[in-house]
Amino acid sequence: MTCIRHLLLPALAAALVAAAGPASAAEKFITVQSTTSTQNSGLFDYLLPKFSAKTGIEVRVVAVGTGQAIKNARNGDGDVLLVHAKAAEEKFVAEGFGVKRFDLMYNDFVIVGPAADPAKVGGMTDAMAALKKIAAARAPFASRGDDSGTHKKEISLWKTTGIDVAAASGTWYRETGSGMGATLNTGVGMGAYVLTDRATWIAFKNKADFRIQVEGDKKLFNQYGIILVNRERHKNVKAEWGQAFVDWMLGPDGQAAIASYKVDGQQLFFPNARPGS
Amino acid sequence: MQDFGAAFGEAFALLLGFDPALMEIIGLSLRVSLTAVFISALIGLPLGAVLGVSRFRGRALVLVLLNTLMGLPPVVVGLLVYLTLSNAGPLGPLALLYTPTAMIIAQSILVTPIVAALARQTIEDMHAEYDEQLRILGVGRGGMVATLLWDARYSLLTAMLAGFGRAIAEVGAVLIVGGNIHHVTRVMTTAIALETSKGNLALALGLGVVLLLLAVVINAAVMGLRATAARWAHA
Repeated sequence: MTCIRHLLLPALAAALVAAAGPASAAEKFITVQSTTSTQNSGLFDYLLPKFSAKTGIEVRVVAVGTGQAIKNARNGDGDVLLVHAKAAEEKFVAEGFGVKRFDLMYNDFVIVGPAADPAKVGGMTDAMAALKKIAAARAPFASRGDDSGTHKKEISLWKTTGIDVAAASGTWYRETGSGMGATLNTGVGMGAYVLTDRATWIAFKNKADFRIQVEGDKKLFNQYGIILVNRERHKNVKAEWGQAFVDWMLGPDGQAAIASYKVDGQQLFFPNARPGS
Repeated sequence: MQDFGAAFGEAFALLLGFDPALMEIIGLSLRVSLTAVFISALIGLPLGAVLGVSRFRGRALVLVLLNTLMGLPPVVVGLLVYLTLSNAGPLGPLALLYTPTAMIIAQSILVTPIVAALARQTIEDMHAEYDEQLRILGVGRGGMVATLLWDARYSLLTAMLAGFGRAIAEVGAVLIVGGNIHHVTRVMTTAIALETSKGNLALALGLGVVLLLLAVVINAAVMGLRATAARWAHA
């Protein structure tokens, strides 16, 4: 028994050290807490190598829903936050967790649905009226239900219609509690309408007979913001490299790179950083 | 469903093409899960063996707890490890979050109870059989544990394979503590989840086929090792 005990701890330590490998070695990298739409659309795969080539800083992206991304950043588990829920982002900064929030880029949300269009909303440009029709027809609607940026937007749209979707949850209104792609898969599977950001939709490969049914409402605007996590809150924040990333994204190189990213010939994100802000 | 056919096409295209990104992901999956099983064996085998040969008050309760822990939900383990390793958590200064080490820790927590519980049962059964003989030979408690572990080594391999199956297949824990970061913490299961969320169902299923083939290779290798060793023993 004693011999086992003598061997155990060193062996454990050796295993962990050996397995830790190169990833734990000190490298020049930052961690960005971000949202699934920027990852799933392929934007980061396109942008980040350009930034890394210029600065030598590796960017590690953790792509989760906006709610979880903000929570992780509050815990200091990231150097930069890049999400799309302006009110929550401003709260994050106001509470001292972020240095400053900048507008970075935008696109828009669309409502997608099956070709059969049971609620007859195809071609509508008034999101509020379309949602009212979906509710009146009790046509299935798949919600993220996960406190993400898209979910917050959807809830705010329902609020303007005066319809209590929480009461309908489990009937025609279905909360998947998962990411954008998973919710689209579910929506396609059950023939339900889904509110999605346009970038994820264009890059999504399992569209089946689904198409964009509602678009073009000003209320469907989708603004992304970028925030450096505050070093005064978490000493581990790599402020200098994080700032370099924020500066690059907001500067001419980053903004041009965002504009040049296309899937199937369509631009997914539109840069709108204000110079000198 | 054309996805089924396409999935096998994707799987073989990926494997035959030796896609470097895929090789990297397979390599990390194996590194993380095999290390976790190794650590779990270091802790779980002696722990299970000692439990198998000892009798003490409250033992039944300990066994119920240990057997229950075999069903630990990966997401819960991921969350606990995240809260511990987060910069806001007690072990934050170690900067282990979003590294393969964090994934190994989470999987070790998942696998150790499986190895320990299965080892306990095996050793207990053997102990009932050999207790008298070992006593007559004057073997002490420590020697008995060591002897039984050695004699049961082939059965214990199966316990470790069960643990490996759990580790290589789980996604909930490694997703939370690893973050599915490209080139850093992306493994087979998190890659499958990502491709599914992108709607690349054929590619996701193809990766699933590759993962299964990987498990077949590992299991076959262990089986072969066992057969070879047994032949040597009888030669």
